Amino acid sequence: MDVVQSTPRIIPDPEERSGLRAWLPYPSTEPCSDPVPHIRAKNLSIAYQGHQALRNVTLEIHRGCITALVGPSGCGKTSFLTSLNRLTDLIPGCQVSGNLHMHELDVLAPTTDVLQLRRTVGMIFQKPTVFPFSIRKNLELPLREHGTYDRTLLASAMEKVLQQVGLWDEVKDRLDHPAQALSGGQQQRLCLARALVLAPDVLLLDEPCSALDPLSSGIVEDLIVTLRGYVTVIIVTHNLAQARRIGDHIAFFWSCDGVGQLIEYDTAQAIFETPAHELTAAYISGARG
Amino acid sequence: MSRQNRYLQESGTTAIIWIAATLVAVPFFCLMGDLLWNGLNHLSFSFVFSAPQNAGREGGIGPILISTLFILGVCMGVALPMGLGTALFLAEYTRHDHVPGRLIRGSLDVLAGVPSIVFGLFGNALFCQTFGLGFSILSGGLTLACMVLPILIRTVEESFRAISNEQRLSAAALGLSKPTTIRTILFPAAMPGLLVGVILGLGRAIAETAALIFTSGYVDRMPESLMDSGRSLAVHIYDLAMNVAGGNPHAYATALILVSLLFIINFSSSRMAARWMSFNQLPA
Repeated sequence: MDVVQSTPRIIPDPEERSGLRAWLPYPSTEPCSDPVPHIRAKNLSIAYQGHQALRNVTLEIHRGCITALVGPSGCGKTSFLTSLNRLTDLIPGCQVSGNLHMHELDVLAPTTDVLQLRRTVGMIFQKPTVFPFSIRKNLELPLREHGTYDRTLLASAMEKVLQQVGLWDEVKDRLDHPAQALSGGQQQRLCLARALVLAPDVLLLDEPCSALDPLSSGIVEDLIVTLRGYVTVIIVTHNLAQARRIGDHIAFFWSCDGVGQLIEYDTAQAIFETPAHELTAAYISGARG
Repeated sequence: MSRQNRYLQESGTTAIIWIAATLVAVPFFCLMGDLLWNGLNHLSFSFVFSAPQNAGREGGIGPILISTLFILGVCMGVALPMGLGTALFLAEYTRHDHVPGRLIRGSLDVLAGVPSIVFGLFGNALFCQTFGLGFSILSGGLTLACMVLPILIRTVEESFRAISNEQRLSAAALGLSKPTTIRTILFPAAMPGLLVGVILGLGRAIAETAALIFTSGYVDRMPESLMDSGRSLAVHIYDLAMNVAGGNPHAYATALILVSLLFIINFSSSRMAARWMSFNQLPA
């Protein structure tokens, strides 16, 4: 049994789950049951200053699934993740080519409303990145930016989403205190709440537990699991045990001659029990990487 | 190295550091002692608020204090928005190695080293003569703004650059527009640096003499508008010390007021920065 599994977990009770159901935008579906893919990438390539970082990634991600991107550092997992909400636009010299669709939306089209895209595609980073003001303002800011000004609505959304991530009881009496005064695990849950308060369709997580202690990591991981069926989750992780625990699908990336490539993409069970590619088998067995 | 040698080396290094720090502090304490010794007994309520008489040998510095505050107001009123805008342009809208940014930074670095007398002549030619503002508080304030802009811009730019890039990415990932990100996240985070820039700028402006002699003039009457000529505290000290026989006692007292003003500005800005930081970094 590994360290994370041996730590106490906070599993949301049915009431919390129903709260989640009430807040998130569409009714729960059986994960991965929708025959139409939610996200389709075809021959997606990414280059930085002319240097290819990711080549010809083709995969389809289904609605409500948790998809884990695994592989060694520098194989393009985070690049792929950031292309999904066009954060790559902010990196000088970054060029993304190929096809990337989210439902009918052509993500890479120049006419795509990037701010609206990012409203529906939330993202959590490796280190908790709370903004330097109060907990309340951290949650209200994105809502206000996207047109919600009614104080009752703001308060209600904040309470629901903080309950959803299990922070409400811990912070309800200090909502106007600085968010940076929270512990690392609490900050990461606040970041998750801040992303969820916009009711996103897709949630991108870039190693969300790697900077946290095992207990906080377990709490965040359990929260991610509660999103299955409601939000399409794509998580980059170096923790294979975590990928196995929470992933419905696994995408295995590898760096070939300095260029990241998608080696294998399948269900978690297939990847961990009957990997098709020898590199995948070597990586998950610990022989490579 | 033997134990004794190591001990000697450590003691020697500590002694050199202490001596250097003490030598730096000595001029400050000598200066303050001199000012207090010669100026304190001339200070009074009426000195601060009454008008100067007999070329400044008698009376007070009321109009000069007001002129100084007006000049500083014009200076910071112009320098702050321009400095903040340029710092934002350099830090957020250009890459560090891009040509426009490098050009602006290079010219600011040169400007920061230009002697104040040159700024005075430039201000006289541009504001007093070309713009027709004459010897006025407005001309003096604008000239000082040109002087403090380089230091203000570089300080504020560095404070924006010091903000973690993850904050910008997090804001973008929430669909926040760039103006919102700057206004709500970057600006508050850069506030301590902005205050440091303001302190440094004000410090340079309040102590300036050469640039103001050519722009805001010598007149020691109470100013009625920004178009009036006005004498600053530093110019008053210079005039009393150099041109007025028997003016030294009031020069000392005026210098004491000027240094006190600097203390007040530094103290209140530091308190503001500390309050800001304590709000953002309360212990868990």
